[in-house]
Amino acid sequence: MTDNNNDNWPLWEVFTQPKSGKPHEHAGSVHAADKEMALQNARDTYARRNEGVSIWVVKSKHITASTPEDMGPFFDPANDKPYRHPQFYSVPRAVKKRS
Amino acid sequence: MENQEKLDEFQARIDAGEKIEPKDWMPERYRQQLIRMMSQHAHSEIVGMLPEGNWIERAPSLKRKLVLLAKVQDEAGHGLYLYSATETLGIDRSELVDQYLYGSAKYSSIFNYPTMTYADICAIGWLVDGAAIVNQTMLARSSYGPYSRANVRICKEESFHKKQGYEMLAKMADGTPEQQKMAQDSVNRWWWPSLMMFGPHDSDSPNSAELIKWQVKLKTNDELRQHFVDRMVMEAEAIGMELPDPDLEYNEETGHWDFGDIPWDEFWNVVKGNGVMNRKRIKDRRAAHENGEWVREAANAYARKKKLQQEKAS
Ligand SMILES: [Fe+2]
Ligand SMILES: [Fe+2]
Repeated sequence: MTDNNNDNWPLWEVFTQPKSGKPHEHAGSVHAADKEMALQNARDTYARRNEGVSIWVVKSKHITASTPEDMGPFFDPANDKPYRHPQFYSVPRAVKKRS
Repeated sequence: MENQEKLDEFQARIDAGEKIEPKDWMPERYRQQLIRMMSQHAHSEIVGMLPEGNWIERAPSLKRKLVLLAKVQDEAGHGLYLYSATETLGIDRSELVDQYLYGSAKYSSIFNYPTMTYADICAIGWLVDGAAIVNQTMLARSSYGPYSRANVRICKEESFHKKQGYEMLAKMADGTPEQQKMAQDSVNRWWWPSLMMFGPHDSDSPNSAELIKWQVKLKTNDELRQHFVDRMVMEAEAIGMELPDPDLEYNEETGHWDFGDIPWDEFWNVVKGNGVMNRKRIKDRRAAHENGEWVREAANAYARKKKLQQEKAS
């Protein structure tokens, strides 16, 4: 048996931008000893066919995410504000047709 | 204990077609089944590089060498997408690799057959990647988000794998009598093992019902296998290859091709570790892992050194 701890390269999350002008999207993760290697591994793993023109990597442990348990209360404040949507407002018929 | 209410809620989400994400509540059994299935899939992609890697140096032209290299590299990529997705279930990659190299984790038996001629590379692309596509297209709709997304990515790459094999096989089928014989011989050897890639018959597949209930899988082994056979009969005919099954016959009633009995004894024998290549495959994988140890250590030492330098400089 070999020891496990030789494989303790940290985990990095990878985000790729498919085209310039588009937002970066989560692609998956890689293991790497440092940030340069993380970028190279991310390129070899997630962009072998020009799937990305730009790549971000960030150590997984640095990501803070909302939890499913918060799902209700955390996003609640958005639920009672219909006035944030254009459908909330009425406009004269003549103008409506044209837009 | 997992209470019934939570289980029902979970099932309702699945039935509504929702995807389950890593931090969502899930039954422990769902998590364990996914870890088993996904890591098995990942190991298969990795070990799958060996039979084809065997022919990279002997590919018949520079073009074919480039194609085969790119395909084998893709398979490494597939393994990594899947390990990455499995890790979202809270298990470390080193543990998965350990279970595979030194424990009892399984991989697809198809990779325990030898690749004896270059025609085997053609037949593998056509049949083995062809079967993988059928399976993975279904898995791209799996209920576990990360697994589904990994398979979407994989499917985008697989069609090239199959096409390059099919194209080469068509060329050989159109070639000299020796080439034709070689191509037919490899199709004869790979046909039944590729049918077995879909796993045992539904009646002998105890996990199936549960996996389908949870929408981890959307079709049964036999359904997928039938879909594959129907398609391959047509493709074989188009290039003048024969499939080694005298019982293949179109069934007007079902609209499908009936086929002969699958040699399950051989299948179980290979699963149990008695295939021609089982021992060699695991030996080669262990050697690759162990010989890479100094590289992993060196990279760690380098990262430590650079971090220290940066801390000093600031
Ligand atoms: Fe693959
Ligand atoms: Fe493939």
